[in-house]
Amino acid sequence: MSLFRIENPGPLTTVQDNGRQGYQRHGLAQGGAADRHAFMWANKLLENAPGSACLELAFGGFEAVALAPVTVAVTGAAWEVQLNEDFMPTWRTLELARGDRLRIPPVRHGRFSYLAIPGGVLSETVFGSQSVVMREGVDGLNPIAAGDVIGGKSAGILPQRVVPLRFQRRYESPVLCRVIAGYQYHQFSGDDRHRLFGQRYTVSSQSDRMGFKLSGAPLQSPPSGVISEGVALGSIQVPGDGNPIVLLNDRQTIGGYPKIGVVSTLDCSRLVQALPGQQVAFALTDLEAMQSEWLMFERFFQVSRWNPSGTDLSWGG
Amino acid sequence: MIDCVSENSVLVTLGNRIDPALTSKIVALCEWLDLNGEGWLVDLVPSYTTLLVVYDPLQRDFRDVTRIVRQGVGGLAQLTRQPSSEGHSHEIPVYYSPESGPDLLALAKLKGLSVDEVIRLHSQRSYQVYALGFLPGFGFLGTVDPQIQAPRKVVPRASVPAGSVAIANGQTAIYPRTSPGGWQLIGRSPTVMFDRHSLSRLSIGDQVRFFPVSRKEYLSMGGEL
Repeated sequence: MSLFRIENPGPLTTVQDNGRQGYQRHGLAQGGAADRHAFMWANKLLENAPGSACLELAFGGFEAVALAPVTVAVTGAAWEVQLNEDFMPTWRTLELARGDRLRIPPVRHGRFSYLAIPGGVLSETVFGSQSVVMREGVDGLNPIAAGDVIGGKSAGILPQRVVPLRFQRRYESPVLCRVIAGYQYHQFSGDDRHRLFGQRYTVSSQSDRMGFKLSGAPLQSPPSGVISEGVALGSIQVPGDGNPIVLLNDRQTIGGYPKIGVVSTLDCSRLVQALPGQQVAFALTDLEAMQSEWLMFERFFQVSRWNPSGTDLSWGG
Repeated sequence: MIDCVSENSVLVTLGNRIDPALTSKIVALCEWLDLNGEGWLVDLVPSYTTLLVVYDPLQRDFRDVTRIVRQGVGGLAQLTRQPSSEGHSHEIPVYYSPESGPDLLALAKLKGLSVDEVIRLHSQRSYQVYALGFLPGFGFLGTVDPQIQAPRKVVPRASVPAGSVAIANGQTAIYPRTSPGGWQLIGRSPTVMFDRHSLSRLSIGDQVRFFPVSRKEYLSMGGEL
């Protein structure tokens, strides 16, 4: 049923879910919500199945009118939303009556906000996913435009819930990216490895859902290119100019630049919220630690249950 | 060689130089993993000499996946038959002309050849699909005759029209859709390389041949200028 009419989509609003699986061999990117932390919490607030499609809003400036009474959840960069005349905090559920106007002001820190609706956003599924990868221009996968009507499985008012403060994120602080050393790590000189981990980088303006280009003191002698190979989420590739690029959800499936390592999946979610000029540092970690942390994160969303007051959660049975 | 790459991927390296024989091994390994990856295999990204295996760490950890993949790689040595799909053959029409391939004249001049010789050298051999990437349905085909190999343009074009047939060093490709691109453009094909129903026309391991068509034929096949 119709839940919203979009009055202003802002600079870029797309539908995102868990991303596309099994189509990279056809050259299709992974896609999917860029900040998995904020995305998972938006769904959790409504007890949607993990990975249900949300609207991903870049930079705010979004406005929509409710067409039915509905509870929504907003997480991510937006620190407040405007409901008609009133400003309300985010990282919690919001009750909307028919005709209510929801506005997400331009964000000050962070890039992406997530708007979840009960049961997930309805849109076309293409190649197993609703995620929109702009540069691919696949038929049926378009960004949200003014006048679009957003459909959901059901309207209805759900319990009020708020993400416990310890899980809410602000994005103004410098970002620490933990790095799993790659199989090409030892092809980089000791000096260059030291340089990568010993300095603070700055997020450049060439940063988007494909990848984040960082600027700093360039690595002096990155290895020359490798034969193009599949690239994982978070790969830190270092082209000839010596400045690293962290590859994200909408990255190309294969690439030929040498890779010094991979930023952990959960830290990719944090990095993607950084704005140009913000500082980023790298620290070495190990695969096992990152794998268990990620598993804990995913399992938490699968099995945790809200307490009756909707203010905290406990591990379910 | 099998290396852990990230929390949910390992990279299998089967060789260290481009070799058409590796592609059939990589295709065979993909088929084996498709059959044996139920429940944990998320994605496969085959390329020239490597296969990136993406898995679900909620189902298998990196030790399990490495062990299973090693078993698959071990099986390749005993592989007596070619993979079930020998690779499809594709015949791709191309309207080679300065009008459809703005780098054709410059490339001929650079290589000291006539335009007709460039066309003949590009269309006389069969190319193998080594990898897909860059864009959905963009196949990296090789190997181009050394007489017509040319490097990428120093300044990439902001917009390369869909269907453009192009060369970059030893590789040739057809742009499935309009996009930025730095390859040398020598013609255009009316053939649709990717759509949402049939996915990519090309798969890794396929064989591709180009054949020249006239402007009129190109347009009658649905080509645009």
